[in-house]
Amino acid sequence: MAEEKEFKNLVIQGAIYKTTFTKKFENRVNYETPNENLIYSFIPGTIVDIFVKTRQMVKEGETLLLLEAMKMENQVRMPFDGQIVKIHIKKDEVIPKRHLMIEIKKA
Amino acid sequence: MSLRSNVLDLRKRKREVQKGGGDEAIEKQAAMGKLTARERILALLDKNSFHEYDLFVEHAAKDFGMEGKTLHGDGVIIGTGTIYDKPVCIFAQDFTVAGGSLGLMHARKITKIMDHALKMRVPLIGINDSGGARIQEGVNSLAGYGEIFFRNTLASGVIPQISVILGPCAGGAVYSPALTDFVFVVENISKMFITGPSVVKSVLGEEVSMEELGGARVHAEITGNAHFYAETEMECFDQIKTLISFIPRSNLKKALAHKPKAPLKGVKIEDIVPSDPRIPYDMREVIKSITDGSEFFEIMEHFAPNIIIGFGRMNGETVGFVANQPMVLAGVLDIDSSDKAARFIRYCDAFNIPIVTLEDLPGYLPGVDQEHAGVIRHGAKILYAYSEATVPKITVIIRKAYGGGYIAMNSRHLRADFVFAWPGAEIAVMGPEGAANIVFRKEISEAENPEEMRQLKIQEYKEKFANPYVAAAQGYIDEVIEPRETRARVLHALKVSENKTSSMPSKKHGIPPF
Repeated sequence: MAEEKEFKNLVIQGAIYKTTFTKKFENRVNYETPNENLIYSFIPGTIVDIFVKTRQMVKEGETLLLLEAMKMENQVRMPFDGQIVKIHIKKDEVIPKRHLMIEIKKA
Repeated sequence: MSLRSNVLDLRKRKREVQKGGGDEAIEKQAAMGKLTARERILALLDKNSFHEYDLFVEHAAKDFGMEGKTLHGDGVIIGTGTIYDKPVCIFAQDFTVAGGSLGLMHARKITKIMDHALKMRVPLIGINDSGGARIQEGVNSLAGYGEIFFRNTLASGVIPQISVILGPCAGGAVYSPALTDFVFVVENISKMFITGPSVVKSVLGEEVSMEELGGARVHAEITGNAHFYAETEMECFDQIKTLISFIPRSNLKKALAHKPKAPLKGVKIEDIVPSDPRIPYDMREVIKSITDGSEFFEIMEHFAPNIIIGFGRMNGETVGFVANQPMVLAGVLDIDSSDKAARFIRYCDAFNIPIVTLEDLPGYLPGVDQEHAGVIRHGAKILYAYSEATVPKITVIIRKAYGGGYIAMNSRHLRADFVFAWPGAEIAVMGPEGAANIVFRKEISEAENPEEMRQLKIQEYKEKFANPYVAAAQGYIDEVIEPRETRARVLHALKVSENKTSSMPSKKHGIPPF
């Protein structure tokens, strides 16, 4: 029962309220500002092919890899002119959603 | 053949068909901890009240070796009966017959009883236990689902529609329950999803069990697709019967009145609520302190528990309660609670049930997740629902009513008929802490001891604005009342609202922020 639960603090507009949290609230994902140098998978799937190597210079729009999901081959492209810093995946690897695939940096 | 032998022949035929999928299939059903479709109907309806139709319907499939097969009743039982002597139409899918799969004739039976329910203006109860579309019947089974969904929509707001999920209900089939007013689920038995675990795994590589993906608890707690959760089928049937006792049989009727009862003695309303607005309490206790017999029938108890919705009776008449729950997330409005309350308000409005709102909230929940998930449009639903509702609407501000939350919770400005406030109520744009920080920013930052100054200014703001008298001076609140007067004031307000006439401008329909 709620009475036996330990109360938690919820701050709303400067006031601290004693209350309990729902599971859904506790499991919410905290927002992080996206890091443009990290390329994550936007869908779970299989890495069909990787076209770049570490330290390679790549132009904006060039295809970095193919990620197959939902029976579609998705081309993952370079967002800006830059260099491949590190590749975290292998060919034929099955990866979940929001998995770090490639680190890059601006030219 | 003599008439006598005709009758005997009829009885023999009935016995045969009533066995559904036969003994073996019935045993399997029992092994899964499930009652059969027929047992369910008999357990739910008044004794000896069930009358069946279309018992002898045969399936229409001609392909894939189906032409020689017999499917008793084509996997669904339809009929009429009574609950507490009130008529209902009912269908129950029979999992023992071809997995309760839906073919053309199966769907035709369901739509027949739906048409009947709508024509006769009586509640419709659907018991779902089906593997889904009967693949051998191809597009005819899809057509069947479509015909059902269409009728669900036609009947929405005209007759109560109740869906009981007592087995799998997957793929397109889930949209019939989703279109109905109340969905009942039972632990370990109910399964609802658009795509099952095997498809989720093969396409997305995500491993999840049926129970985790779409079990009873998931729908009662996380998705909000279910309104009532029970541990056994019998408990579920009791919940359905209680619900039926609270609601009218159609939008043309009022719910039947019961014998008026006083709340239980011993509950002192003023002892429930702490005066410090930051300390929680269980709002259900406040509701129970003013309802007949201190009874409250909560709906969606486990989903978005920061708002409470449900039925109680006052002076014997059904009342819909909407109340913030300070015990959970301080009673804030957020996406889920707005959605939950808005749908309930529209239900009450459609079925002539007055709404009593008990208010105690610090506002809307802040957070990137809320904003990005669309708290603006979801939060707008509750404003829309209250504004649109023309049934009697009564608000009691128990403790705090800040900002957008104050407006949203059936304020005078959304055409509440009566607004009362307890003497400790704080009606303000925001709480004293937040307000003092903004209004007296300069004084606080320039003070020798800023914290001391802040506390001083918070106190000053509290005395000046955080009370019910500023709003009462504007007539936004009709009366500041003593807590112990609450039941009497609400009862009187309901009484004088009995013949309320109020209407919206003529229109085809509004465009709520779905």
